[in-house]
Formats: sequence, C-alpha cells, structure tokens
Amino acid sequence: MRGVLIQILVVLGFFATIAWLIGNVLENFAALNKSFGFGFLWELPANYDINQTLIDYNNQDTHLRAAVVWLLNTALVAVVGIVIATVLGFTLGAMRLSANWLVARLAYCFVEFTRNVPVLLHILLWHGIIINTLPHPRQAFGFGEAVFVSNRGFYIPKPVFGPGAWLMLVALAIGIVTAAMVWRRARRLRDETGRHFPAVWIGAGAIIGFPLIAYVAAGAPVSFELPALRGFNYQGGLTMIPEFVALTWALAIYTAAFIAENVRGGILAVHKGQQEAAQSLGLRPNRVLTLVILPQALRVIIPPLTSQYLNLTKNSSLAIAIGYMDLMGTLGGITLNQTGREMESMMLVMAIYLALSLAISAFMNWYNRRVRLIER
Amino acid sequence: MSGPGVATRPYPPGRHPDLPPPAGSVGVLGWLRGHLFSSLFNTALTIFFAWLLFEFVSGAIHWFVLDAVVDAGSRVECRKQGAGACWAVIATRAQQFTYGFYPADQRWRPTLAFILLFVALAPVLYDRLPHRRRLMAFSLAYPVIAGWLIHGGLGLQIVETQVYGGFLLTLIVGVTGILASLPIGIVLALGRQSRLLAIRVICISFIEFMRGVPLIALLFVASTMLNYFLPPGTSFNLLIRVLIMVTLFASAYVAEVVRGGLQAIPRGQIEAADALGLSYWKTTWLITLPQALKISIPGLVNCFISLYKDTTLVVIIGLLDPIGLSQAVLADSKWQGLSTEIYVFIAIFFFLSCFGMSRYSIYLEKKLETGYKR
Repeated sequence: MRGVLIQILVVLGFFATIAWLIGNVLENFAALNKSFGFGFLWELPANYDINQTLIDYNNQDTHLRAAVVWLLNTALVAVVGIVIATVLGFTLGAMRLSANWLVARLAYCFVEFTRNVPVLLHILLWHGIIINTLPHPRQAFGFGEAVFVSNRGFYIPKPVFGPGAWLMLVALAIGIVTAAMVWRRARRLRDETGRHFPAVWIGAGAIIGFPLIAYVAAGAPVSFELPALRGFNYQGGLTMIPEFVALTWALAIYTAAFIAENVRGGILAVHKGQQEAAQSLGLRPNRVLTLVILPQALRVIIPPLTSQYLNLTKNSSLAIAIGYMDLMGTLGGITLNQTGREMESMMLVMAIYLALSLAISAFMNWYNRRVRLIER
Repeated sequence: MSGPGVATRPYPPGRHPDLPPPAGSVGVLGWLRGHLFSSLFNTALTIFFAWLLFEFVSGAIHWFVLDAVVDAGSRVECRKQGAGACWAVIATRAQQFTYGFYPADQRWRPTLAFILLFVALAPVLYDRLPHRRRLMAFSLAYPVIAGWLIHGGLGLQIVETQVYGGFLLTLIVGVTGILASLPIGIVLALGRQSRLLAIRVICISFIEFMRGVPLIALLFVASTMLNYFLPPGTSFNLLIRVLIMVTLFASAYVAEVVRGGLQAIPRGQIEAADALGLSYWKTTWLITLPQALKISIPGLVNCFISLYKDTTLVVIIGLLDPIGLSQAVLADSKWQGLSTEIYVFIAIFFFLSCFGMSRYSIYLEKKLETGYKR
C-alpha cells in the first residue's frame, strides 16, 4: 500500500516536472516569437558544402538531404572503425597472452598508452600528423602506382564495374550460401561422429573462388581506375580525406585497446583445466583454441564488446573537432546555426544516436544469445 | 622398486635425477630461451619486434630529446636549430596551459587547492593512514574549501569562471564530476533495482537515454538549449551547466557499475536481512550497499577514468581546456603546424593521471581480493 502511494507520488512529480519544462519552453518560444516544427528540413536549401559525400549532394539541396549525407558519413566511420578495431583488438589481446615475453610486453605498453589518453586527443594528434608532416600531393609517398599518401588525403584505386559485373555479385552470393551450408554440415558431422571436416578452407574457397570464376567467365568486367597526379592534386581513384582517415584510425586504435583487454579477460576466464583436458584428448593446439577456448571465451567477451562498439559509434561524433562532416557537426552544428532551430536539430541528433545505439545493442544481444546457446 | 632388473639399469648420461638441471634451462639463459626463443616462429617474432622497438625508441629519443629545441621564439627558429620536437611552444605558454587566463597574482590559490586535493585524497585512498578519521573530516570539507579558494569571496578576490582554463579547468570538471556522480549513480542504481515499477521505469529510461547519447550532444544541449527549459529570464553560468551535464552523464555509467555490484550479492544476504526484520533502507545501507560498492570499486575507477578523459570534450562548446588553448596557440602564425608537440604534451599529462588511477584500482583489487574469494 505504501509502495503504491510512493509510486503515484513519483509519477505525479515526474509528470509535473515534464509539464513545467514544456511550459517553460512554450513561454520562452512565445517570448522569442519562435515556432516549433521540422519544416525547415525539406523547405530550406542547406547552402553549404560537405567535404565528403557518399551520395550526390550540392549546396542547393535541402537540409534533409544534407542530414542523410552526414548520417551516411557517420555510418561509414562507424562500420570501418568497428571492423579495424575488432581485428586489431583481437590481435592485441592475443599478443598480450603470447608466450613470447617481448610481444606480450609491447602489446601491454601499447594498450596502456592508447587507452589512457582521451580519444579526442588521438583524433587531433593523428589529424595533425597527417596535415602537418605528410608531404604535399606532388611529393606524395607512392606504393606502386596504385596507392598514394599525402597531406590532402589517401588515394586508392577505384573499382569500375563494367557490364556483366552483376555475375560476380551473384557468384559471391552463391559462394556465401555454399560456405554456410558446408559449415553447418561440417558442424553436424562433428557433433554426430566427431570427425573433422575442413569446412573453413572449403567455405573460403567457395567465397573467393566462385566470384573469380565468374570474373573470368564474364570476360573481366571489373577494372581499376588508378589515381594520377594532375596539376596540384590527384584525380581519379578513390580519395579518403585526411579527416576521415584520422577519425577512423584514431577511433579504431583507441577502441582496439579496450577490446584487447576484453579479449584477454575473456580468454583468461576460461578455466585452465579446459585447455589441459582438450590437450590430453589429443586435440591439436589450433583445435583447442577454436573448439574449446574461443567458444567459451566469446561468451565473456561479447557483452563488453557491444559497449565498445557503441562507444566507437558515439565517439564518432567527435568528428566535429576536426571538421569531418558527420551528424553532430552539421545537423547539430551548421544547420542549427543557420536556421536557429536548436530544439528540433538537437532532438533529431539525439534521437538518431539513440536509435543507432539501440540498433547496435539489439544486434549484439541477438548474437550474444546465439553464442550462449552453445552452452550445454 | 628394488627389483634386481630396475636397480642395475644405469641412467643414460646426464639424466641422473640428482644432477643439477642443464645450464640452458635455468638462469638468464633459460629464461631467454623459454620466453623469447622457444621455437623458430617465436625467434622470428622476437627479432621482428626487437627491431621495431629499436626503431621506435631511437626515433622517439631523437625527437623528444636529442634533436628537440626548448629555447626559440617561433616555429621557424625551432626548425633552424633542430629537426626534433619544438618544446619552445610549450615552454612559452606553460603558465597558460596550466591556469588558462586566471589572473597571475592569484594563481597561488588554485595551486594551493591542487596541493590540498592530495591531502584530502590521502585518507580516502589509504586506510592505514594515522588519524584517518580526523583527516576524513577535512576530505568532506574539501569541496567547499577548494570552491572558495578557486572562485573567491569571503575576503578573497572573486575570479569569474570565464577565465578558468588549462589543466585547472580539466581538474575542476573532472573532480567535481567524479564527486557528484557517485551519489547520484548509487541512487539511480538502487532505483533500477527497486520493486516499485514507476521508479524502476524512470530510472531505466534515464540511464539508457544518457548512455545512448554522446556526451557532446548533451554538452550542446547545455550550451544552446538549457535556457529554454528554465523560466524566462533565468540564465546561469556555462561552467555550471557543463558540470551538471557531465555529472548526469557520468552518473548513468556509475549506476550501471553499481548495479553490477548489487546483482553480484547473493540473494541470501537480503533474505537474511528481511528475516531479521530490517527495513528496506536499513538493508540497503547496512547490508547490500557496503558489499556492492566494495565489489564495484574497480569498475567505478574505470568510470572515473573515462569521465576524466571526457572532460576534454568541453573544448567543443568553447571552454578553454588544454585542447582549447592549444587551438588558440596553433592559430598563432608563429607556432602554426606544431600540433604534434602540443598534443603529445597534453597526452602525457592525461596518461600520467589516468595510468595512476588505473594502477590504484589494480592495487585496490588485489587488496580486496583476499578473503572475498569463494
């Protein structure tokens, strides 16, 4: 009974506070002659340029289209960053547990130095290094004739898809399906008979091999456009602007340092007896790792890994510090300043970040449940 | 085992159990062989990483010390004297990096507050200190004393918050955030575990909202929108708004750590307290919280470290923390292009403080581990 009373009071207080806040907003808006609405998004032209666009955009497009461009930029950083951070993090985590003393110590030092420095400093530092110490495009470092590194950006070859390239995509899809089927059969075979079937190699062969066959069969439909120096800068190829490189790389190594610690903790959490038992059954070292230790370690690793992915996504909003045009820098920055609609802009920004966070954690929770099912 | 066949069989040479172990498996040589050169692959790894380490260390020593320039008037002068780091930019602006634009004749006040911080921390951090209880009283009073010293009033000249900057600002935001987020976080964690649905829902929404939104979005809200939510005409200091936002943000993370600690307590503890007839608040205060907090100390320190690192974000809404000052310095044509030196300098400051905190948490973990292992 007392509990019900307390709850009613709390709910009343909560709604009273909300009503008070909204009342204040209305009063303030009335005093400033402001209106509330999202019409500015598709009515007004954005009137500014964006330094990296994944879809067509010019400064006469609406704020809404500009917002989509930034959203894609944020997503690009998040996805590329997460991939690099995962690979690097698992490598560093394994290195920290290496039997080789030097390797373990170096990984330890790297992890400690990286994670004890604010991520904003990492971003600014890498951006500064690219801008201030790399050569101008005319003296760019070249790796072969294909990749060039300069202070205006990193230039890589751009694939050009000719007619018949769709065949390769189809082949890739078939390869992935085949690999998945082989993998499942191999697993069932292992569970039922204990025999090992080299599914990984056959699957990888299918994923790489089928598109290759399609490539030859369709008469080489994909070619590469190489970047080439014309005048003061490179033309052609794909350009990765310094802001993108600095942001992605800084976020990736910062997050990798945390992932490395999670991985180390996860592997150490598997009881040593498990490894010894597997060894005494005669499993080879890599089988011990893939069949016994990793499945158990992953259960410990994945929940904190989720929060690291979330952190990386949220930290990508720091792009604003180096002028990479992402969601925060523009919808929460330029659009906000141009239209004077703080309330609407910030509500949208926060809603989008919330949605992104919830989506990532939903996916990772789903994966977590799948991994957990392995437990018997 | 004294059958005739066993006793007469001789050991192969070098295999007698009473012999000392072979020279290659003990001492420095044995250690080296075991840890660095145990297999061909390991040897290759060792050689590769030793080479990498050598290249890195020699490059770093040249850049940091041997080729570095401390005394110069501008970047051009620096580059004439040496190719390494141009520490002159730090040397000429050291005072600014520490205090921001705090008036020069008043700088002893934040310095004193900084020294007193350690006096206040000592009894909290080390429980074997003599007179700990009396010193604790000082620790409790410290926030007021520090606020008075830094801001002024009561006989001291008042220094407006706009001039706070540099590492002083970092410490103000960091320490205030840490101190204030702990109690709020504990309340939120208790609310999340509450049996009352309404309280639980409100706490969960608050925590998840704060954790789902980047801090700089919240800081933007603090700097641009907060005034709309308050009665017309109220406006208050930007630094205070930032402090409130940082605290609320950190308290959501603290709440999650404390919740982990609360969940780790065996149900039997609470049931036993119930059986003894303790009320909810007594159970919480005497039984669950002390145990939960003890378990969550390492996680809390991690939280505080990330809060401390997040203080750098205040630069984005225009406060002059070390990064904000460095951007002003870099805009000066004399020092343009020296971003690496400045950022490395600030990074070292953060590394030292954060590494210190994480070492302390490891020390605590080790100390608390004994006797709590099941």
